[in-house]
Amino acid sequence: MLQFSKFQTAAILGLILLGALFGAPNFLSENARNNLPGFLPKGTINLGLDLQGGSYLLLGVDTDKVIDDRMKGLMLDLRREMRPVRATGRERIRFDNLVYNDQSGVVSLRVANEEDINAAADRARDLTRGGALGLGQRNYVVSVNGPAINVAITPEARRFFSNEAVRDSIEVIRRRIDPAGNKEVAIQPQGDDRIVVQVPGDDDPEALKDLINRTGQLTFHAHDPSVSVQDAAAGLIPPGRILVPFTESEGAGQPPLVLEEDPIITGAMVQTASAAPNPDGAGFQINFSFDSSGARRFADYTRNNIGSIFAIVLDGEIISAPTIQSAITQGSGRITGNFSAIEAADTSLLIRSGALPAALQTLEQRSVGPELGADSVEAGAKALIIGFIGVIIYMVVSYGRFGVYADIALIANIVLIAGALSLFGSTLTLPGIAGIVLTIGMAVDANVLIFERIREELRNGKSPINAAEVGYDKARSAIIDANITTFLAAIIMFQLGAGPVRGFAITLAVGVVTSVFTAYVLTRLFAGGFLLAKRPNELKL
Amino acid sequence: MYLKLIPDDTKIEFTKMRFTAMVLSALLIVGSLVALFTHGLNFGIDFRGGVTIEVAGSEPIDTGAVQNAIADLQLGDVKVQEIQDFAGTDKAVIVFIEQQEAPTPDGTEAQEVVADANEDAQQQAAAKVQEALRTLLGDDIEFRKIEVVGPTVSGELVQKGAVAVVLAIGMMLFYIWFRFEWQFSVGAIAALVHDVIITLGLFAVTSLEFNLAIIAALLTIVGYSMNDTVVVYDRVRENLRKYKKKPLAELLDISINETLSRTIMTSVTTLLALVALAIFGGAVLRGFTMAMIWGVVIGTYSSVFVASPFLLATGVKRDWSKQSVAATP
Repeated sequence: MLQFSKFQTAAILGLILLGALFGAPNFLSENARNNLPGFLPKGTINLGLDLQGGSYLLLGVDTDKVIDDRMKGLMLDLRREMRPVRATGRERIRFDNLVYNDQSGVVSLRVANEEDINAAADRARDLTRGGALGLGQRNYVVSVNGPAINVAITPEARRFFSNEAVRDSIEVIRRRIDPAGNKEVAIQPQGDDRIVVQVPGDDDPEALKDLINRTGQLTFHAHDPSVSVQDAAAGLIPPGRILVPFTESEGAGQPPLVLEEDPIITGAMVQTASAAPNPDGAGFQINFSFDSSGARRFADYTRNNIGSIFAIVLDGEIISAPTIQSAITQGSGRITGNFSAIEAADTSLLIRSGALPAALQTLEQRSVGPELGADSVEAGAKALIIGFIGVIIYMVVSYGRFGVYADIALIANIVLIAGALSLFGSTLTLPGIAGIVLTIGMAVDANVLIFERIREELRNGKSPINAAEVGYDKARSAIIDANITTFLAAIIMFQLGAGPVRGFAITLAVGVVTSVFTAYVLTRLFAGGFLLAKRPNELKL
Repeated sequence: MYLKLIPDDTKIEFTKMRFTAMVLSALLIVGSLVALFTHGLNFGIDFRGGVTIEVAGSEPIDTGAVQNAIADLQLGDVKVQEIQDFAGTDKAVIVFIEQQEAPTPDGTEAQEVVADANEDAQQQAAAKVQEALRTLLGDDIEFRKIEVVGPTVSGELVQKGAVAVVLAIGMMLFYIWFRFEWQFSVGAIAALVHDVIITLGLFAVTSLEFNLAIIAALLTIVGYSMNDTVVVYDRVRENLRKYKKKPLAELLDISINETLSRTIMTSVTTLLALVALAIFGGAVLRGFTMAMIWGVVIGTYSSVFVASPFLLATGVKRDWSKQSVAATP
């Protein structure tokens, strides 16, 4: 029990050295870390946002809206499919009802003449053939019910498009908050329709939310001067026309405009956008350029509509409504609103990054300023050191030589925890520090169990070596059972989720494992070495 | 000789004190339940939703003025608290706003629309409070902490927290059952439920903020209390093998006394670490540390006075030489 082979001893000490190696980078300056030779580990423990400052945002993606949009698009396609095509000799199929029910998620079409039902169903099937899911999988199910055709999205397709919306949103968010790709932002999906955004540093959380929460849907619309704004405001608006207000910053007092609903050009055709000072006046402007199809459309439109107004609409508000002076054929243009430098920069970033598939809802926000974070690190470190010293002294006072062994084990324990956290790239939070402090208090428990047991055996008249043998042996089952229960609690805590609590669960779980190893194995190495070498007749404990 | 808090060979008759302990525990539990039902827990933002903003300025901040300025925004219940800073140099206050509800003028909106509006309302309230604080205190202030929790997340956290505590206790039940016998697991669970209720009671009585960190503390307490109980049980099991004929009460007393020194020793080292956290760990961790300190004391008490006497009531299997024999009364 007390004897270790050379191999075992080397393995134990090697493991601790390995922990030290992985933990060491945490104590070096960044410069020193970068100068380390390549074979040495450089990973450090990540500080959580509560320690380094930063913002955590939990966003909800409106996946239902994404599906609704898709089904409404399908409804328009279905309408087109019922029209005649002269080239192929396809005839018109008349229908008297085409609706989308957003509760059931079904588009239904009722044909006027029931004999057309099969032809209509075939066209619907052709339209919805194939899909994003792969071979043999259909995105939609077409069913015939009397004179009606129902097109429903399959659950698989619904999930696929929802996930796609989440993935696309993540990409758009990344382009917006980290356009240069050099920040340590973490953007991850959570569950089916959520995104977690973590941005370290002292960025203003309000500005961050503004940047993320805007959909960024840019469209160019033709103005329709034939409809009066008063009529439109009163609800007398012809189909295919919309009444759109100016943005607040743009148009104090400007009346809204009636625009054609179908855009001339969408933001997807905009290739670049950048902010620049307005050379003709005060303020800033946004320069943009189209891709080839956008450029062609814009050239055609401006050539045919010289003298009329068109509107540039961002997220349902007009940011600019210039009059067309001449045909714009070079495929680029500028938006000269009443922009400040920041507005111009933000808006051009928004245009550049593309539109979100659906608006994002902020469900939870937690921001910590860097100063509070630094204070927390300081407080946590202070508590850690003082708790550590307190326990170390107390162990020596209580167990003498064996207390020193336990203290060495405790130090090795801290080294191993630091090494393990660095190795896994775990995030250390303030509760995580609390977890380490608590581990220090509880880690000595295994040694206390063993030492108390040895004392007992000594009192029963056993020789020191014998007492130590029995002590380590008999304490084992209690140590294992007791630590497994704490470990189980830590696992449940980890499942509980939220960042800081997770940090606590991780350090607690890691601490349990390392403390059992250091307290049970490492102290035994020292105690055994001492007892077997000196073979004392009496043991003070 | 080295420091010993507990003398060798104590022979305290713990099982004789079990009736006194039972009365004490019953009083504490009833008191806790009464406090929980009458006074309730002071749920923090994690579980209740709403907005918390901590703001620090270079000048001392007049809490009354802040209170008035925020109250003018008509955001419902407002609480403004002064913060004792670590260094004590800069002045900070923390503002709590209760969960906002979006106005529903005609009640005809679809459920999702209302839910979205409610989430938005939290964000708008947070923005308004920041604006009001800037207007009142000038631009030379720092928002040290901003937390906004909407109704969806707060609802989920309540559920998750409750499930986690119940799940933890359930897992312990099965683990002890698996490692010992069902009588042991009944006693251990009684002790755990006892600890959790009395810790909740502390939070109801003191109105300390009850948040997610406290759930973490409760789970740690469950782990710690279990740890203590298991050590005693392990010795009980060992002694059951050793003394086949000894009356159970006497055997329990021997086991508790033999492990008493360890029980106290570990409690002291854990408390040493916790007290360091409570004094130096800063305001953020204070609630958590308080819960833990209380939990360690209660957990130590319960493993001696609750978990073990339960074995007397249920009886245990006496013959541990044959593993397959079922429990005998």
